[in-house]
Amino acid sequence: MPARDSGAQVSRRTLGQRFSAYLAHHRQTLFDGLQQLGRQPLATFMTVAVIGIALALPAGALVLVNNARGLSAGWQGTARISLFLKNGLSDGTVQQLADSVRAHSGVAAVQVISAEQALVDFQRRSGFNDTLSLLGSNPLPAVLVVQPTAAYTAPAAAQQLAQSFGALPQVDQVRMDVQWLKRLQAILALLHRGVLIVAVLLAIAVVLIVGNTIRLEIENRRAEIEVSKLLGATDRFVRRPFLYHGAWYGLAGGVLAWILVLIGLALMGGPVDQLVGLYGSHFSLSGLGASGVLGLLAGGIVLGWLGSWLAVARHLRAIEPT
Amino acid sequence: MIEFHEVSKRYDGGNEALAGLSFTAERGEMLFVTGPSGAGKSTLLKLLALIERPSRGQIIVNGRNLGGLRRRQIPHYRRQVGVIFQDHKLLLERSVFDNVALPLVIGGVPRNEIPRRVGAALELVGLLHKERALPIQLSTGEQQRVGIARAVISRPPILIADEPTGNLDPELSYEVMRLFQRLNQVGITVLVASHDHNLIRRLGQRFISLRAGRLVPPELAGGAYAGT
Ligand SMILES: Nc1ncnc2c1ncn2[C@@H]1O[C@H](COP(=O)(O)OP(=O)(O)OP(=O)(O)O)[C@@H](O)[C@H]1O
Ligand SMILES: [Mg+2]
Repeated sequence: MPARDSGAQVSRRTLGQRFSAYLAHHRQTLFDGLQQLGRQPLATFMTVAVIGIALALPAGALVLVNNARGLSAGWQGTARISLFLKNGLSDGTVQQLADSVRAHSGVAAVQVISAEQALVDFQRRSGFNDTLSLLGSNPLPAVLVVQPTAAYTAPAAAQQLAQSFGALPQVDQVRMDVQWLKRLQAILALLHRGVLIVAVLLAIAVVLIVGNTIRLEIENRRAEIEVSKLLGATDRFVRRPFLYHGAWYGLAGGVLAWILVLIGLALMGGPVDQLVGLYGSHFSLSGLGASGVLGLLAGGIVLGWLGSWLAVARHLRAIEPT
Repeated sequence: MIEFHEVSKRYDGGNEALAGLSFTAERGEMLFVTGPSGAGKSTLLKLLALIERPSRGQIIVNGRNLGGLRRRQIPHYRRQVGVIFQDHKLLLERSVFDNVALPLVIGGVPRNEIPRRVGAALELVGLLHKERALPIQLSTGEQQRVGIARAVISRPPILIADEPTGNLDPELSYEVMRLFQRLNQVGITVLVASHDHNLIRRLGQRFISLRAGRLVPPELAGGAYAGT
C-alpha cells in the first residue's frame, strides 16, 4: 500500500542520492544502447560499415599523404647543388674554387669532379667510347657537387645558396636537385588539401547516415516515447538513449575505419618495400599513430552524436501523447 | 484539488466534446465521472493529464492553473498525476516489471529501491507472480491492473482513471474500485470515469454526470449526485 507521502517524495531524497540515480540511469542507457545495436545485427552492421568506410577513406589517404611528405622531407637532406664550371679551367683553379665554396657557412661538403673524371664516368656509363675520342678535346666541364648543411636544405634556403654560387665568374651553370622536390611537395600539399575537403564531405555524410538511422529508430520506438512522456519523462530523458545510440554507431564506425586502415597499410607494405629497395634507402610506412587513432575514434563519436542530435531535435518534439 | 471553470474543448474536427463544464473535486476526495459514450469523459481526463488543452476556461490543479504551465514544466506536473488509460498504454515489448518500473526510472529513483517498490505495487493489484510476463501474455483485465500498478507506484497525490474496469468482470471490477477506495483513504485524490452506474451506486461514491459535454442537472441524474 503506497503511503500518503506523494509529492514530497522527490524532494526528500538527498541530492547525492538523486545524482547517483541520475548517473546510474546514464550508465544504464549507455549499455542499453549497446544491447539494442546487437538486437539487429545486420542493420547495425550495415550502418557501421558505411560509417567505417566513410571514415577510413580520408584517414587512409591522409596517412599516405603524410608518409609521402615525411619521405620527401627526408630527401631534402640529400638535396645537392651542382656547379658546372666554365670550360678550360686549370685543375688548380678548380681546386681553389672548391676550397672557397667549402668555406661558405651553408656548405657541408664539396665534391670535385674534374673534366677528365667526368669524361671517364660518361664513357663508362654511355658506351660512346669511340665517338668521344673522335672529338679530340674533352667537351665536358668540371663540376662541383655542393652538399648544403642541414640549415640550408630547405628549398628556399638552398635556392639562395645556389644563386650566390651562380654569381661566381668561374661558374657556368647551376643546377639544383631540389627543383623537382619542390614540385613534389607542392603536389603533396595540394593532395593534402584535397583529402581534407573530401574528409569534410564524408564527415557530413556520416552525420546524415547516423541521423537517418536514428530517425528510423525514433519512429520504431514511438510508443515508448509517447508513454514515457505521459509518465512525466523530460525531453532530456527521452533524448538520452538516442544520443548514446548515435555515439555508439560513431565509435563502432571509428574502430572499423581503424581496422580498415591497418589492413590497407599491411597490403601496401610489400610493394612499398620493393619500391624503396630500388632506391637503396630505408623507409617503412608509418600508420595512424596514437593521436591518429584517438582522433579517428573521437571523431566517430562526435559525428555519431551530432547525427543523432539532428534527428532527435527534428523528430522527438513532434511526438506527443494523444 | 481539481477545479474546472467553464471549460470547453472543441476538437479540430469541430466536435465540441466539453461545453462550459464547471466542477470541483476536493483534496482527498474520490469522484466518479459518468455519462454515455461520447459524453466527454475521456476528454475531461485528457485535459487533466495535459494531453489536450482546453479551448476555453480554466483548470486548476493543486492550486496551479494548467493554462500557465510552460512546456518544460509539463513533465514535473505529469509525475504528480497517476493516469490509468482506457487503452492502458503498456509497452508491449517490455516485461510487466519494466512497465511498472518506468515511472520510477523516469523519476530518478535509485535502482536498488526499484524492485521492492515494483513488487509492492504488483502485489497491490494481485499480479506479483506475473512480474516476468510480457503484456500480451496477460488477459485484458490483467493488463488493466498492470496499468493501475504503474499509475500508483510513484505515489502521486492525484490518480485519474479512464474506464479502469471496462474489461473486467463484475467481481474484479468491484475489487479494483475497492482498491481505489483504499488509495483514496490514504489521502490520494481519485477521479474515475466510468459508465457503470450499478457499480457506482454499489460503492456509494459521489459522482458527476455528463451528457454531450455538459453537466446533467441533479434532478435528472439521481443517486449521490454531486455537481457544483
Ligand atoms: N481526437 C479527437 N478529435 C476529434 N474529436 C474527438 C477526439 N477525441 C474525442 N472526440 C470527440 O469528442 C467527443 C467526446 O469524446 P470522449 O472520448 O471524451 O467521450 P467519452 O465520454 O470518453 O466516451 P466513451 O465512453 O466512449 O469513452 C466525442 O464526440 C468524440 O467524437
Ligand atoms: Mg472514453
